[in-house]
Amino acid sequence: MEQILANGIYLGAQYAMIALGLTLIFALMNVLNFAHGQMYVLGGFVTYTFYGQLGWPFVLALLASCITLAVLGALIERFLFAPVIRRSNREESTMLLAAGLAFFFDAVILLVFGEKQRGVPKIVDGVFNWDFKLIMPYDRILICVLAILSIVSFILFMQYSKTGRALRALAQDRTAAQLMGVNVARYSMIGFALGAMLAGLVGGLLVTITGVNLGMGGPTSIKAFMMVMIGGAGVISGAIAGGIILGFMEAIGLAVLSQYGDITYLLIFVSLMIFLAIRPQGLMGKPWG
Amino acid sequence: MKRRTLMKTSVALAVSVSAMASAVWAENPVLKIGFVGVTSGPAAAWGISNQRSMEARADWINESGGYKIGDTTYDIEIVSFDDQKDPKRAIAGMEKMAQEGIHYVVGPNVDDGAAAVRPVAEAQGIMYFPYAFPKELYTAPASNAVLGMVANYQSGPAIYKYLRDEKGVQTVAFVAANESDPLSQRDGGIEAANALGLEVVSDNVTYQVDTTDFTPVLTPVMRTQPDLLVLSGVSPANAPQLIRSARELGFQGVISTETAQDATVLREGAGDLANGFISVGGASTPEIASDDMKEFVKRYTDMFGEYNDESNTKVYALEYILATLNANPAGIDDVSAFQTTMDTFEAPNPFMNGDAKMRYVGSTSFGQKRQIAVPLVVNVYQDGKFDTLFVAEVD
Repeated sequence: MEQILANGIYLGAQYAMIALGLTLIFALMNVLNFAHGQMYVLGGFVTYTFYGQLGWPFVLALLASCITLAVLGALIERFLFAPVIRRSNREESTMLLAAGLAFFFDAVILLVFGEKQRGVPKIVDGVFNWDFKLIMPYDRILICVLAILSIVSFILFMQYSKTGRALRALAQDRTAAQLMGVNVARYSMIGFALGAMLAGLVGGLLVTITGVNLGMGGPTSIKAFMMVMIGGAGVISGAIAGGIILGFMEAIGLAVLSQYGDITYLLIFVSLMIFLAIRPQGLMGKPWG
Repeated sequence: MKRRTLMKTSVALAVSVSAMASAVWAENPVLKIGFVGVTSGPAAAWGISNQRSMEARADWINESGGYKIGDTTYDIEIVSFDDQKDPKRAIAGMEKMAQEGIHYVVGPNVDDGAAAVRPVAEAQGIMYFPYAFPKELYTAPASNAVLGMVANYQSGPAIYKYLRDEKGVQTVAFVAANESDPLSQRDGGIEAANALGLEVVSDNVTYQVDTTDFTPVLTPVMRTQPDLLVLSGVSPANAPQLIRSARELGFQGVISTETAQDATVLREGAGDLANGFISVGGASTPEIASDDMKEFVKRYTDMFGEYNDESNTKVYALEYILATLNANPAGIDDVSAFQTTMDTFEAPNPFMNGDAKMRYVGSTSFGQKRQIAVPLVVNVYQDGKFDTLFVAEVD
C-alpha cells in the first residue's frame, strides 16, 4: 500500500504538471494544443543538451528549457495562433494549426536530436528503501518535490500576481476582461508562453528520470488531454485533479491488476468513457464551456 | 573577341559541359530498392536505423561507381515509406513500391505490418525482408518474405542455455510491452525457458510502450526474485529505463533481451546500471568487424552525425539483395529467379573478418531458406560499449 501511495503521488505530480500548461492555453485561447507533447519533448531535449551534453548545472539547464519554450510559445502565439484566430472563427483552424505544429516539431526534433532515446546523468544517486515496503530512488523523490513546488508556485502566481489575475480574467470572460482594460493580445501571448514554459519545465525535470525520445510527444499529448477531460477543460484545479487521479489510477492498476496482464489502461479508458457519459464537462468544468 | 561573342561562347560552353556532366551522371541505370518501415513515433529508432543503413551503403556504392550486376552497373536508389507502425500504412507503402516497379523491399519492422503486406508482396512480385518473427511469414506456402535478422526463438534458447550453464540461472521472469511483437517474443521465450528446465516465476507483467516510469511496472516482478529478467522485444527507447528501474528496485540478477540495442542509448539512459546487460548484436564488435564494416560505420556517422549499433544487423539486407541479384541478374525483374538462387547462394561476408559467408538459412526453423545468415552475436554491455559474449550461427 505504501508503494502504491508513493507511486501515485509521484505519477500524479508529474501528470498534473503536464496537464497544467495544456489547460492554461485552452482556457485562455480556446486552443486545443496538440503540440503540447512535442513542447514537452523539446523541453527535455534542451535540458539534455545543456545538462547532459554541455555539462551545465542541472538548475541552469532547466532554466534554459523554461526560457527556450517560453520564447518559442510566445512566438508561436504571436505569429501563428493569433493571426489564425483573428482571421478565422472556425475552431478547426487552430486545431489543424496545432496538429501541423506537432508534425513540424517531430520533424525538427528528428533532424536536430536524432531518433535515439536520450538520457542524462542522475541528479541524485541512491535509493530510499523502507524495509522493502516502500522503495523510491532519491531522484524521483526530488523530482516529485520539485513538481509539487512548481504546481504550488504556479497556483500562487495565478492567484496573487497582476499577470495571473489578468490571465484568470481573460480565461473567465475575454470580452469583459478587454472592457476592463486587460490587453488581450499581450496577455494571450504571455499565457501561451507560460503554458509552453510549463511543458518545457516538466520535460526538463522528467528527462532525468525517463529520458526523452522523438516519439514521446504524441502519447504525452493524449495523456494530457485525458487529464484535462477528467478534471474539466480550461480549469486549472481540474487539470491538477485530473493528473493526480490518473496517476493514482495507474499506480493502483499496475500494482493490483498486474497478474491479469496490461488491463490497467483498458480499465482507465472504460472508466473515462463512463465518467464522460455521466459528466461530459469533467469534474470541475462548467457544462456551458 | 568581342564581349558579346565571348558571352555567347561561355554560355554555350557551360551548357555543353553541364549536358556532358548530366550524361556522365546518368550513365548508370538506377536500381530502386524499397524500404517500408516505422520512422516516426516511439519505435522510430528501429526503422530509421534501417533506412539510414541503406542510404549510407547506397551512397557508398554510388560514390564508388555503382554496383555491377551481370553486365550492367547500377546506381542504387533507396525509396522509403514511413508506415508509422500501422499495418494499413504498411500495405499502402508496399503498394507504392509496386507502382514504382520495385521488386525488393526491406521491412516492415514489426509483426503485424509484415503480415499485412504479405498478400500485396506475393501478388505484385516483391521480395521483402521484414524484421518480424512469426514463422508463418517464412514457412511455405509463404514465399516472398526473408527474415532480416536472428529471431528470438533462435537467440533466446542460446542465451538462456549459456546463462543456465555459465551463470547458474535457475529462475526467470519476463516483462513485455503490450504489443504484438513483444508479446509473441515473450511467449517464445517462456517456451524456450521451460524447455531448458528453467522455472518461470513471472510471465504476465506488461506495460504500455509510452510508459514514462517503470518502477510501478517492475515492483511486482521484483517481488518474485528471479535470477534472470528478460525484457522481451524491448525497444531501445524503453530498455535503459527498465534496466534502471529494476536496478534501483534492488535487482541483482542478470537482465537480457533478444533485440538489438545501442550502447550510447544504454550509457546515457542507465549508465553503470546497464553493466552486464545482455542483448543480441550484429557484426561490429572489434573482434569480428572487417575493414568494410569499419568504413560503413564511419560513412554512416559522417552522413548522419551519429552511428546506431542496431545498424550492425541492419546493414545486411541491402547487401544480400544486391549480392543475390549479382549471382543471378535475371532476378532483377523476376523474383522467382531470385528465390531459386537463394537455395544455393553463397558469397563472402564483407562485414566480418575471416572467411565468413553470406548465405540464406532458415531450413530448420521454416523448412525453407527464408532467412539471411546474420551472425548471432550475443553481446554484454560493459562501461559504455558492447563486448562479445559468444558468437553462434543459425540454420
